[in-house]
Formats: sequence, C-alpha cells, structure tokens
Amino acid sequence: MSGINKKKLQDWFWAYFMILPTVAGTLIFSIWPLIQSFYLSFTEWGAFGSYDWGGTVNFERMLGDSVLWQALRNTIVFTVGSVPFGIALSIIVAVLLNTKIRGMSTYRTLYFLPVVTMPVAVAMVWRWLYNADFGLLNHILSTVGIAGPRWLTDPNYAMISLIIVSIWSSIGYNMVIFLSGLQGISKQYYEAAEIDGANSFVQFFRITLPMLSPTIFFVTVTSLISSFQVFELIFTMIGINSPVIRHTQSVVFYFYRQAFVNMDKGYAAAISLVLFVIILGVTIVQFRLQKRWVHYE
Amino acid sequence: MSKERSQKRSTGKLIVHIILIVGALLMVGPFIWMILTSFMSLGESTRVPPVIIPAQLRWQNYQRVFTSFPFMRFYWNTFSTTVMKVAGQVFFCSMAAYAFARIRFPGRDFLFVMILSVLMVPSQAYIIPRYLLMARLGWLNTLTALTVPGLTSSFGTFLLRQFFMSLPTELEEAATLDGCNHFQIYYKIFAPLAKSGMIALAIFTALWSWNDLMWPLIVNSSPLKMPLSAGLSSLQGQYGTDFPLLMAGSLMAIAPMIAMFIVLQNQFVEGIALTGTKG
Repeated sequence: MSGINKKKLQDWFWAYFMILPTVAGTLIFSIWPLIQSFYLSFTEWGAFGSYDWGGTVNFERMLGDSVLWQALRNTIVFTVGSVPFGIALSIIVAVLLNTKIRGMSTYRTLYFLPVVTMPVAVAMVWRWLYNADFGLLNHILSTVGIAGPRWLTDPNYAMISLIIVSIWSSIGYNMVIFLSGLQGISKQYYEAAEIDGANSFVQFFRITLPMLSPTIFFVTVTSLISSFQVFELIFTMIGINSPVIRHTQSVVFYFYRQAFVNMDKGYAAAISLVLFVIILGVTIVQFRLQKRWVHYE
Repeated sequence: MSKERSQKRSTGKLIVHIILIVGALLMVGPFIWMILTSFMSLGESTRVPPVIIPAQLRWQNYQRVFTSFPFMRFYWNTFSTTVMKVAGQVFFCSMAAYAFARIRFPGRDFLFVMILSVLMVPSQAYIIPRYLLMARLGWLNTLTALTVPGLTSSFGTFLLRQFFMSLPTELEEAATLDGCNHFQIYYKIFAPLAKSGMIALAIFTALWSWNDLMWPLIVNSSPLKMPLSAGLSSLQGQYGTDFPLLMAGSLMAIAPMIAMFIVLQNQFVEGIALTGTKG
C-alpha cells in the first residue's frame, strides 16, 4: 500500500516538474498580463507613464471615438473582402491539384512560397509592384490602355490593394489544409456519381463541397480570427504617416498606435479587450451556425 | 466511345494545367520581380517603360545592404532568437505534453485548460502588460525580450499532447517495470516516437519567430537589437525608393525560410494538415 503511494507521489513529482516551464511561462507571459489588461483598461494614462484609476472612462471614450469606429469598419471591409475570396480560390486550387495531375508537388511548392515569406518582404515587393510611377503593375495596365491608380495613396484603392496582397499570401496555407481534407473523401462517392452520369461540376457541388465542409468551417474560423487581427500588412504597406492611414488602419493597428505611439496604454488596453470580445463573439456565432451548413459524416 | 472519353479527359487535364500555370505565375511573379530588381541600378529601376532584365548583375546592391545597415547584426539577432525559441519550445512543450497526456496528477485538467485557453485570446489583449513586465525587468532592447516569452507555447503543448495521446499504453508499462521514472520514459521512449510532431512544431516556431514583427517593434527600438523583420522595415523608412537595395535586403532575409521550406516540404505539409484536421 505504501509502495503504491510512493509511486504515485513520484509520478506527481515528475508531472509537475515536466509541466513547470510551460505553466510558468503561460502564467507569467499570458494569463497574468491578461488579468492586468483588465485592470489597465480602467486606468487613465498621463504624459510620463503615470496612471490613475479612471473607472469606465476609456469605454465611454470608445463610444464617441469616430476614428476607432472607422478602424472597426476598415477591419470588417478587409475581412469580408479577403476571407471569402481567399477561401474560394484556395479550394479551387486544391481541387485542381487533387486531380492526380502531373507536377502536383511543384505547383504546391510554388503556391506555398508566399506563406513562408516574411510579411515585411512581401509588403516591400508589393509596394514596388504597386508603385504608381515606376511600378510594374501600372505599366502592364498601361499597355492595355488603362491608366493605373495610385494604389497605396488613393483612399479608394488602398484597401483593395491590401486585400489582394492578403489573399495572395494566404492561398498556399489554406490550399494545403484543403488538400488534406480532400484526400480524406472516400473515392466511392465519386465512383457512384460517375455511374449515375454526374459530371464534374455536379460532383463538385454535391460531393466535394459538402464533404469538405468541416475543413471549410475550420479554415473560416481561423481565417476570420487572424483577419480581425491584421496589423503587419498595414504597418509595412501603408505606414503610420500615410495620408490614407485613416481609411485603412485596422483595430489592431489603432490599438498599436494608442499603446506604443501615443502612449495611452489604458485606452489601448480597453480597445484590446473589446476586440477580444468581438472575436470571441464572431467565433461563437460561427459555431452556432455550423449546424446549418457543416456536414459531419 | 472510350477513345472519345480519354480525349475529353486529356483536354480537361490541359485546361487544368493552363489554369494552374497562370495561377503559379501570379504567385511566383513577385519573387521573380524581386530577384530582377535586386540586380538593377537605381536608374534602371526608375526608367519608363520599365527595364525587365537588368543590363548587368549588380551584386553591389547586396554589398550596399551590408554597408549601409547593420544587416549582419539583424541577421544574427533573428537567427539566434529563432534557434533558442525552437529549442525551448520543442523541449518544454514536448515535456509538458507528455505529462498532460500520460500522467494522472491533481490539477491536470485545470492546468491544461488554462494553457489551452490562451490560444483563444488575441495577443493584443496581453501584450501591453507583457511589455511593461519587460520594461520592469530591464529587458527592453535586449535579445532576452525577444526570446524568453517564446520559449514555451500553448500551441506546441496542445499539438504534441495529441501525438502522445495516440500512442499505445503498453509502452510505459514495460518501462515502468524496468524501474524508469516518467522523465526517463519521456526522453527514452516517447520523445523519439513523437519526432514528426516535434519537427512540425520546430518548423512552425521557426517560421513565426523568423517573420514576427509586432513584438520586436514594441520591445526593441535600438537598431543593434532589432531582428531582420523590424530592421527591414526601418530600411524601408530610410531608403524608401531605392528598390534595388530593398529587394536585395528582402531576398537575403527570406532566403533561409524558403530554403528550409524546400528541404522540409513534406514535413511542412504534414504539420499543417495535422493542425488543420485535429486542431
């Protein structure tokens, strides 16, 4: 009996020993700071990093902050513009690659390249392509008689420019997830459909899409979460001093500005918590809605 | 009949190839343009109509990256922090994952859910106090600030726990009879079996660490402590229109991750598929 207890105690000792670094890291660098953020969101910050209790003043300020509201609208426009198209395109590419085509792994490599490329470098080459005076894009447009816009400094085009780059850099990642989803669909369904004389389009809409819906759900949830947190793309492609920054900045970009440029950390903490709640809300709604369209075997 | 069908099939394949090639050109085009531009003179890059193929390979652009900026320093900062984070996460996460998956102990479920819950929180929600902590510890503008918070991760613990859960129970029974403790069972038996999971985690960690911008921007404003991402972005600020220089710098910054991807391609794909289906 005491032998068993001793063994148990030993097991516990090793268990706590082995989880210690991860638990400590999580507590010190994530959980405790998160709790502090709650506290900070109720503080008002002075000029030199001093702060006082401010009650709900930050949350009241948010309601009347039209720049924040515009940032939220920008984030939604960016998300609605990039996520559905990005997902549709990556499904198409995955389906085409899944047709046992020759050179499949070469195509996969090429489509995946942007995913492993540093976002700052991605932004740099696209800034160059979009350059209104010497950029390749406007040159190509001019050969077919179109006078290209000033992509990154015209408020009407800056957002669409960002959306294009965002789709370009995410197709490869989602494509790989969809490919693995497609490989999980049993061949029998397609054989049966073939016997019934269903053509490829019918097969795509009646078999592939429903069977792929759990994967589509997963990709949609994760894409929306990361799209709501867009920051680097705006920081590197538009920049803090650009005249169009108000038309393109996301909530996280505005958060960054308040926290680390304007040094208004209390207000920024409040923004970050509201963003957290929004993301959580959007994710919960998606889980609720999934019963309507996600097909589990 | 069957001849007609096979003909139809081969024209179908041709169309698929054409679509995929056009798509691939759109994906690779910017990279090719990056390479071509990196060899141009400043004059060539601003000519109208544009020069496509530079008259000569101007390697000087690459040299200029090193002379006009502490580029080697950026490189070292990124490289060393990435290596530390990969080593830390593979070791700490696999150890924790083993304990969570294989040992019963009081508080296990609570602690695991706590670690997991961090995955649902956007990093902005804890980044300000984390920054204040770095300031209080005196870690601002040090590589420590870039490294230490990334030594463990919820994602890695979760990913590897899935791995350890799927292994049969007989494995540790035999080892326990031999008098091994759990740490020995972990590193002698289980860690080698979870190699593919660890490689996947190492790849993800390397990629995130190498490419991360927001955290370095916040904690390290001194050029000597900046990683490549923040360094390149400051390069852009100062040499905004010198695109040959910027492209040469970018190419050197992205080359290691592209090389790693090409070498470990299958592990990349497996790793993503793993998180995509089990996550």
